[in-house]
Amino acid sequence: MPVNAITPDYKGEVLDKQENFNGNQVVYVGWDHHMMFCAAFAYPVPPEMSFKTLLHEVIPEAFSLHEEFSSVNWETTEWLLDGQPFIPQMDVSLKEQGVNHKSLLRFQTPELKGFQNAGV
Amino acid sequence: MAKKLNIKDKYRLLTRDLDWDFSYEDRKEAFPFEEFEGIKITDWSKWEDPFRLTMDSYWKYQAEKEKKLYAIFDAFSQNNGHLNVSDPRYVNAIKIFLTGVSPLEYQAYQGFAHVGRQFGGVGARVACQMQSLDELRHVQTQIHAMSHYNKFFDGFQDYSHMHDRVWYLSVPKSFFNDARAAGPFEFMIAIGFSFEYVLTNLLFVPFMSGAAHNGDMATVTFGFSAQSDEARHMTLGLEVIKFLLEQHEDNVPIVQKWIDKWFWRGSRLLTIVAMMMDYMLPNKVMSWKEAWEVYFEEAGGALFKDLARYGIKMPKYAETIEKEKEHISHQAWWTFYTHGHAAGFHTWIPTDEELDWLSEKYPETFDKYYRPRWELAKKMEAEGKRFYTKALPQLCTTCQIPMLFTEMDDPTQICYRDTVYNGDRYHFCSDGCKDIFEDEPEKYVQSWLPVHQIFQGNCGGPDVENVLADFYRMNLGADNMDMTDSPDEKRWKQWKGVA
Repeated sequence: MPVNAITPDYKGEVLDKQENFNGNQVVYVGWDHHMMFCAAFAYPVPPEMSFKTLLHEVIPEAFSLHEEFSSVNWETTEWLLDGQPFIPQMDVSLKEQGVNHKSLLRFQTPELKGFQNAGV
Repeated sequence: MAKKLNIKDKYRLLTRDLDWDFSYEDRKEAFPFEEFEGIKITDWSKWEDPFRLTMDSYWKYQAEKEKKLYAIFDAFSQNNGHLNVSDPRYVNAIKIFLTGVSPLEYQAYQGFAHVGRQFGGVGARVACQMQSLDELRHVQTQIHAMSHYNKFFDGFQDYSHMHDRVWYLSVPKSFFNDARAAGPFEFMIAIGFSFEYVLTNLLFVPFMSGAAHNGDMATVTFGFSAQSDEARHMTLGLEVIKFLLEQHEDNVPIVQKWIDKWFWRGSRLLTIVAMMMDYMLPNKVMSWKEAWEVYFEEAGGALFKDLARYGIKMPKYAETIEKEKEHISHQAWWTFYTHGHAAGFHTWIPTDEELDWLSEKYPETFDKYYRPRWELAKKMEAEGKRFYTKALPQLCTTCQIPMLFTEMDDPTQICYRDTVYNGDRYHFCSDGCKDIFEDEPEKYVQSWLPVHQIFQGNCGGPDVENVLADFYRMNLGADNMDMTDSPDEKRWKQWKGVA
């Protein structure tokens, strides 16, 4: 039963459907084992945006406050898209490579251990 | 002359005798909410009234308490009681209370008024009606207790407006909305039993003893005045669960599912209390971990042993919750510290003494995982770059808390869970929150997630500053940002004559 309601066949309104975001989709980006940032960040971006733009123009504003961010080697960074290993194509749009509305991208940089090597 | 009634007769006439039989109308139509949750009630007369209080003695009793309470509020105010708090940082704890907790008392009043109409048994109706009145009294007296602070400190001015809008206040608000949108029996297990009976000690005791330890007479006095009400509410919570479990064995799995859900939701909600105890009280009472052990593991453990004879088990996720006591306060205060530009109160780096106190209280986790975060914050502050996060966080669809919780066995890794429902993906901070969603997705697809609402343009804008100032009505630079150099701190120094 999708909900226990007094109204038969009750359907909830999906508040976060993509149409509500004025042409954008929401993409979350998190940096594993870097707890300086308390959570992954949420970004409203056009589905047509290229991965390169997301990486180099959208996310640095917040992530660059970490002193290791400038040392990230994007060639060797490992990515997860919605929990699955993922190899991003830099010049392809988010949508065309399966980065959809409310997808979560996580990047992993095992060689960077965080502030004081503590995963911060 | 009419004979005066003895107490027993009076009680019967003023409670049970208020009911009537339905001779020409269908009883089911009078109580339409009673069956859809699947709970089976075979005999309402088996309900044992927990309060044994008639309305006239209730009024008399409450009026006496009120008189004493307001006498103390007046004295507090006339004697500039705010000058006696331990440190101006303390006042931020009661800003959270007024914006996050007091409006829940109002929601409890609404919720109990609703179920006080909908139960078929008159004993349960009368008990819920009285609790409803208590809750209304609590919200009023809390507002009065804290109104004195509003004259001298920032951040108290728009508490109810903020409760409906501010990102972190959607956590307590949606918790109660969830309970109130459920059927009457689930509401009673959620609020009457799980919250009032088991978890209330972890909300009330920390705030009230925190007030006592930090010289806040107004809030302490409110606490004493509410104590006898809380004792009655606990009795009602216990009566509800026993009654449901004794009425029909088919009720057991339904009640167990609600216990699992509401203990999880309750423990998530209490994260803010954990952070308050460990980080916001200048004079500490005990650590969150200690409070959790005393009030949940010992007291709650005994209760669940008692309920085992009905076939009720410890709440699901109890093992995860046990591990979380080592972590959640640190993870939460770090979140607020790094979002101090968007909070309705001040944040700060713990002092060196406080950091040492935390190491001592959390020997397994603090130095290893959390002290480095504060070392980083200190370093950045010393370089003149006080750390404020520059993007909005991902939120959990169920509890609406930023996804700040880590895997408990891997505390430097955020815990990510997700599910796809009708083609849309939903994210959760934990297995508990994910299971709750998957059980009733049509309910939680409606979550009003503040970050997404901002993106949709429903909260003003275009910038975060516009959202904070116009939609949330925060006074930027006064209500928010670091405690250091805040107007609150400057005024305090002026009053105390320190440079």
